[in-house]
Amino acid sequence: MNKLNEHTIKQAREGLRRKDFSSVELTKACLEQINKAEPSINAFVTICKKEALVQAKEADKLISSNQDLPLLGIPIAVKDNLSTLGIRTTASSKVLDDYIPPYDATVIKKLKDAGAVLLGKTNMDAWAHGSSTETSDYGTTKNPWNTNHLPGGSSGGSAAAVAADEAIAAIGTETAGSIRQPASWCGVVGLKPTYGRVSRYGVIAMASSLDSPGPITKTVEDSASLLQVLAGKDEYDATTSPLPIGDYTLPIESKLNNLKIGISDEYFIEGIDVEVKREVLDSIKKFEEMGAKIEKIKLFDPRYAIDVYTIIQRSEVSSNLARYDGIRYGSEREKFGDEAKRRIILGTYALSSGYYDQYYNKASKVRSVIIEDFKKAFEKIDVILTPTSPSLPLPIGATNKSIMFGEIADVLVEPSSIAGLPGISIPIGFAKKLPIGMQIIGPQFAEELILQVAGTYEKKTEKEEWRKIKPNL
Amino acid sequence: MKYTPVIGLEVHVELKTNSKMFCRCSADYFGKKPNTHTCPVCLGLPGALPYPNKKAIEWCLMIGLALNCEISLFSKFDRKNYFYPDLPKGYQISQYDEPFCKNGFIDLSNKKRVGIRRVHMEEDTGKLIHEGNSTLIDFNRSGVPLVEIVTDPDFESAGEVVEYLKKIQQIVRTLGVSNADLERGDMRMEPNISLKNEGQKELPKYRIEVKNINSFKLVDKAIEAEIDRQTQNPGQRFQATMRYDEKTNTTVTMRLKEEAADYRYFPEPDIPPFHWQQAYIEKLKKDAKVMMDKPSEEEERTQELLIKFSPISPVSAATIARDPKFYSSYGGTASIGKDEFGTPYQGTANAIINQKVPLVGISDEERAKIIADLNRVSDVDEDELNKTIDEVLKENKSAVEDYKKGKENAIMFLVGQVMRMFPQKIDVSKVKASLLAKIK
Repeated sequence: MNKLNEHTIKQAREGLRRKDFSSVELTKACLEQINKAEPSINAFVTICKKEALVQAKEADKLISSNQDLPLLGIPIAVKDNLSTLGIRTTASSKVLDDYIPPYDATVIKKLKDAGAVLLGKTNMDAWAHGSSTETSDYGTTKNPWNTNHLPGGSSGGSAAAVAADEAIAAIGTETAGSIRQPASWCGVVGLKPTYGRVSRYGVIAMASSLDSPGPITKTVEDSASLLQVLAGKDEYDATTSPLPIGDYTLPIESKLNNLKIGISDEYFIEGIDVEVKREVLDSIKKFEEMGAKIEKIKLFDPRYAIDVYTIIQRSEVSSNLARYDGIRYGSEREKFGDEAKRRIILGTYALSSGYYDQYYNKASKVRSVIIEDFKKAFEKIDVILTPTSPSLPLPIGATNKSIMFGEIADVLVEPSSIAGLPGISIPIGFAKKLPIGMQIIGPQFAEELILQVAGTYEKKTEKEEWRKIKPNL
Repeated sequence: MKYTPVIGLEVHVELKTNSKMFCRCSADYFGKKPNTHTCPVCLGLPGALPYPNKKAIEWCLMIGLALNCEISLFSKFDRKNYFYPDLPKGYQISQYDEPFCKNGFIDLSNKKRVGIRRVHMEEDTGKLIHEGNSTLIDFNRSGVPLVEIVTDPDFESAGEVVEYLKKIQQIVRTLGVSNADLERGDMRMEPNISLKNEGQKELPKYRIEVKNINSFKLVDKAIEAEIDRQTQNPGQRFQATMRYDEKTNTTVTMRLKEEAADYRYFPEPDIPPFHWQQAYIEKLKKDAKVMMDKPSEEEERTQELLIKFSPISPVSAATIARDPKFYSSYGGTASIGKDEFGTPYQGTANAIINQKVPLVGISDEERAKIIADLNRVSDVDEDELNKTIDEVLKENKSAVEDYKKGKENAIMFLVGQVMRMFPQKIDVSKVKASLLAKIK
């Protein structure tokens, strides 16, 4: 029998509905685990113990009057770049050390409306600049599977909190890799929705044309039920799509017969970890056994995406961070860390008169070419499978002197981010006692399809031995 | 050497939409308690996003159409990045290379066609209030929709500019998209002025921009002052931003521009680009035309005044018709003034336009009586008048010279000097006639 905090959303929901336990008990179990694990993993910037217990009590009242909401009484952790009314929101930067938003991000509002209990705010790379959490001004988060290793990032705190069973589920945000890569390194499920599927309102902007909030969960099924709550057009975010949302929580059925899966050699790049490669190829074989057709496709070398991404992201960052001018948020600009300063300088340069065409404009054009490249690919195949990260979780300190660390760690997720496509990273096993993830990329707004494919795989492999292992904390 | 002034104009018009450009806050900020019309969006809080106001964009398109502009079927917003404490995001959402409207024109009464280079949409900034050593920021105005109308450098005189501005004011009022109330800052004007040699084809290589002027009279004065300055100081024709100082009637340099500021424009990623349907634009065009063809309320009032209060001058009638406060006090006051005190209609008009009488808070009778008292003139001894005029002419030789050179205004200055010497009110026309007789 699972401990309460080890439950999935589905298990917790069923238990709460059957009144096997209360939301207060469930929330306390998570808070106890936080107490126990935080000294070694540091996944949270702010723990909302008092607020969470108040919300849990309210949830219990609703449950006792037989009310039902999709996430009623379920404790969830959210990344610290999501604005939370009355709860400080730092984006892991000391610049916002004492900033308390007067409003909720749309994602937070939706979670609250669905009855969720907000456990706390998770650690991240400062301003989401990074893939390690090492740029956080509140200390590095450690990988729960081996605390000498990095959890990935920027949503490293959310991924680690879920992996360490500190929360039932978590919310992250991804610009290029920031959900999928930490999910992969922490052995959990991370879904980056199509750009515009989930509202960005209230998410402290990193690169506005790329940012996408999404769920980080223990199972694919949980990912689907969270997306169901989060997705949709928002009257506060002009870039959200008016397309109706799918029914993501459909029961998993084997849709793999005749499913065409594309595999691209370009994504098994030079220098890829041999064990990662082997595990992913193994998983692809399992898909074949389940009836899918594997087809070799040719995609652009993902390394082109690094250049495009770097220019666009740095440019937008330089503009987005201008408001932290030392006048209104109490903290001087010296509080910006080196990484943010580097990005501001590079982005400012790239947008400067005379350089715009050479950099931003050219990057935008290549971005269109990458979008077309994927479009063409999806005329022939349904989904694309690739490793999520070319490496196993790297040791703490790996970002030292590696200014482009993030871009290299995220090379396999950047092209689909730039194209605004949805992708899901799921755990497929371990090597050296560290998790390995694989991603499934779909066409725009094909969240339903990639969740079904991922869910089918999860079901097929649910009995595998490695799934029983828990981090030793 | 004779010079021809080259003048272009940027006008910002604040729209009277209910809500702001990118959020749901009320755009009616004038005179409201500071920072009460604000929200995360117009305060530029972390994570807040702009959501464009459809009506504001539609109104911007209609202004463009009324100014004979082309409407591009593709358009977008851009970020104009610069630092200023009244700009909470560190950038202004504006339009750079794809304005909603471009290449329009407007015809002046002298048959000159003034090119409208572009009409674009942007957001207003907050307001800085300097108090002692500290500066306060009021964000009520932050995010109010602004339409910027930019002309080609086609004007050659202050008079042309003022006529153009009055036309713009009338157009936006007729379209019902702005109150265009100058006192409230609904229209802010920035002329840029340079000189070229008479007959020179190419544009001058510099221009002086005079910032944020908010009355037609001051635009007129600022342009005159700047033309004077540039004419008299050929060495000081440089690229600069200036402001007009009303007290000294001079333009003062704010900053020298060696190069255009680098605003690092790039497409606003928070707002998807716009793709208009031709049919939609055609419909707006029709709407704008119907509204523009209908005689405006203002024109109807002018006609009414001209008929009812003949021989009031057309200029006075138009001025009164344009201002609701003038219009509501004129009719009654003029009738009573004429019937009971024998004040000519024009006399009442002058007193009201020059605001010699209170316009609100008193009855028409009271106002008519005040005007009658003001206009009562005392007889003046001819000899005494002539003696005084001689003295004034002696003491103001330069004004006399100015008048002889063609500066019409100089005569009114001299009239004023003469009037000042008499304790009682004397007849202006008599003074002017005597003065003219002596000068000639």
